[in-house]
Amino acid sequence: MLDAIVQGILLGGYYAILAAGLSLMFGVVRFINLAHGDLAMLGAYLALFCVERLGLPVWLAVAATLPAMAALGWLLQATIFARTLKAGILLPLLATFGLGAVLQNGMFGLFGSDTKSLGNHIGSLSWSSWQVPFDISVGKLPMFTFVVAVFVLGALHLLLARTKVGRAIRATSIDPEAAELVGIEAARVHRVAAAIAVALAALAGAFLAMRALITPYAGPAQLIFAFEAVVIGGIGSLWGTLVGGIVLGIAQSLGAWLSPQFFQLAGHVIFLAVLGARLWRTHVAEHGGWRNVVSGVRA
Amino acid sequence: MNENARPIFTVAPRRASPAGWIAIVAVAMLAVVPLLCGGPVVDKLTTLCVYVLLAVMWNLLAGYAGLVSVGQQAFFGLGGYFALRLVEAGLPPYPALVAGAFASAGIAVPISLFLLRLRNGEFAIAMWVTAEAFRLLVMFDPLVQGETGTSLLALNAYEPDLRRNLTYWVALASMAAMTAGSYWLLCRRIGWAARAIRDDEDAAASIGIETMRVKRVIFIVAALGCALAGCIWLASAITFQPRTNFGVQWTVFMLFMVLVGGLRSFEGPIIGALLFFAVQEIFGDFGAWYLAGLGAVAVAFALYLPEGIWGALRSRTGIELMPTQVKHP
Amino acid sequence: MNLLDVENLVAGHGLLTAVRDFSFSVAEGTALAVIGANGAGKTTLFRTISGVHRAQSGCVRLAGRDLSAMAAPKRVAAGIAMVPEGRRLFGDMTVRENLQVAGEHGRKGPWNLDRVIEALPALEPVMDRPADVLSGGQRQAAAIGRALMCNPRVLLLDEVSLGLSPVAVDSLYRSLALLRDAGATMVFVEQDLDRALAFADRIVCMLEGRIALEGRPERLDRSAITAAYFGLDERAGEGVHA
Repeated sequence: MLDAIVQGILLGGYYAILAAGLSLMFGVVRFINLAHGDLAMLGAYLALFCVERLGLPVWLAVAATLPAMAALGWLLQATIFARTLKAGILLPLLATFGLGAVLQNGMFGLFGSDTKSLGNHIGSLSWSSWQVPFDISVGKLPMFTFVVAVFVLGALHLLLARTKVGRAIRATSIDPEAAELVGIEAARVHRVAAAIAVALAALAGAFLAMRALITPYAGPAQLIFAFEAVVIGGIGSLWGTLVGGIVLGIAQSLGAWLSPQFFQLAGHVIFLAVLGARLWRTHVAEHGGWRNVVSGVRA
Repeated sequence: MNENARPIFTVAPRRASPAGWIAIVAVAMLAVVPLLCGGPVVDKLTTLCVYVLLAVMWNLLAGYAGLVSVGQQAFFGLGGYFALRLVEAGLPPYPALVAGAFASAGIAVPISLFLLRLRNGEFAIAMWVTAEAFRLLVMFDPLVQGETGTSLLALNAYEPDLRRNLTYWVALASMAAMTAGSYWLLCRRIGWAARAIRDDEDAAASIGIETMRVKRVIFIVAALGCALAGCIWLASAITFQPRTNFGVQWTVFMLFMVLVGGLRSFEGPIIGALLFFAVQEIFGDFGAWYLAGLGAVAVAFALYLPEGIWGALRSRTGIELMPTQVKHP
Repeated sequence: MNLLDVENLVAGHGLLTAVRDFSFSVAEGTALAVIGANGAGKTTLFRTISGVHRAQSGCVRLAGRDLSAMAAPKRVAAGIAMVPEGRRLFGDMTVRENLQVAGEHGRKGPWNLDRVIEALPALEPVMDRPADVLSGGQRQAAAIGRALMCNPRVLLLDEVSLGLSPVAVDSLYRSLALLRDAGATMVFVEQDLDRALAFADRIVCMLEGRIALEGRPERLDRSAITAAYFGLDERAGEGVHA
């Protein structure tokens, strides 16, 4: 069980990378991108393409994929997302859901249905591990993923806290109109956020492809995991995303420890439980505190 | 609200409109199709009924009440699953199918208590997670055999032609009943209360609309419709596979039909369903590229024609076959 | 020479017209006070001039240059900065960051953090606190400082003293006086008539989206202002041009 918890924490690193972009888009652009998971898969397939067809080493392939995906994010924001954003909450959901269908089936058409993996291109990293006390083995790849996650979130934190573009992003996310009144072009900030978000999705996709077999249709499941991590950690909070990812990872790996079939279900259950607890807390706050609610239930 | 007060707005005519009569005649004509046409036609029409039913339900939910769900496959799949379970328990297949749909709608009641408190994107994804959770739970049932799935073999007791026709009539009746029912609902006070909630939930609550009750009624009706569609699908496909019956592609289809036909109009989704059916017939064999095309068309509509074909037609010509809009007397 | 010209501006919300055929000019280095009852259209007027609200017709010129087609950020670059109603500070960010972000994106010019602190001494002790925790007077000072960091040629101030203590208002007007002495051009909304009359070079009284009265404070009659303010006398609508 201790082993399951350790594996869960490390898995949380992957979810944090995956969810950070979703959270950024939600916090800054107020936009839920239902194609986020599919964009992660696209990143993975692009990296695979670079490795298998162009013969690049994996690290170079990932390094080449990220700017390309960032450019794609910029472009998507400029063409599709910004346009739907003006028309309320319905159209962004519809448009990105449609985009997801395009990406999934397009990747299927281009790359076929075979499951693929970057795992056999990264040598011993994919399977070797360190033995630590209590009979726990820590895989090098999950550990590496976790370290990268902390590094990425740290870099993102510094970007937001210390740089000109970071301040513009924060100002826009707090009050877009006030941001315009100090000369910030919100539309540009949104494009920057989308570029970062999609690049992060692609990075997560590449890590998923190293760890597991992927298919063109794996995106929706990844989107659900990312969204669960974001909601558990609290929307719009960067480090909360890491916490949410770790909670999700622990739940899943504890579930899998009970029975392999429980892996996903445990994640969904913890997500719904967190949502429920949050709703209950609001309900309690609206009805005058715990004492009133409890006595109301008894009466 | 004062029941005796003279209404400031009237909604839709009290008597059936010409379009209403046409719809009644059309359903009556469709009902006798099996007596005149061969099996393949009946099968196609069954599929069409399922599409129309799904489109109308999703429009009721998202277009009229603003509840954008990407998890309606939860009820689609659950309906089929309950029907399987009821047949296993000894019920005859057709009553089991209808009962299964109602059981699935029954599950919607506790879900609505919880999920309808969420807003917008959170609701959309939480519905999806719920559908996934149901899929995983159903897979634990030994009857379903995990990913493998199972078949409604009891239906083989019927002679194939009779089975096909019975399924068709159930489909036609469900489609007609649910469509008429949701039209009736939309023309009543709850219909415009739902639209008020869609446009601004807090404002709706502040003028005395019981937002939770209105949303719950719409949610449960839509769940029932989707579950009926799932049961009919099970009856015509016979096989039940969790990955297919709980597949998110059902939501993709619903979204496509409603968006292309015209969100927020009553006629739009029906037109969208007819169009989708035609597109499916023509391009269905192209597999993945066809589905990618559907997605692309949906994106294009969201960007350039968000009111859909019927919405654009209506705003240009002023035609209104089944008015659900508020009118000044 | 006039620095800001507003010509025949019309703006509204849907079917409701809040600003009707509104024209005025502000000379460089002067302060114009806009007064009027709640709902007279003052905030919509300011939002339209700054570009966050779209005008239905009419135009806004800055030193002769037509800004009408520009969005708010472009107008900031051209030299219009606004302290919006409700201050609208970036609450999670510190005062320093609020000022920095404006300095980084606004028009370039002589204003920097040191000069802002010098002009608005109330900010010095709170520079590294989140804007959310400030008092009313500090918030208003921070909002003004943020607008100054954009190096505006015209500073628009909506509701200068609303919700502030008299002491805070005094300190604020001392700062504004210093700015005006340094040559700043301002247009401000002030509910406190005495303050407006004491500070402004010219006054415009707005009633139902139109100019009800306009003139230099020393030439305006108190009762005429009251009449224009509340729309008591139809003749006041003709305007007393001083």
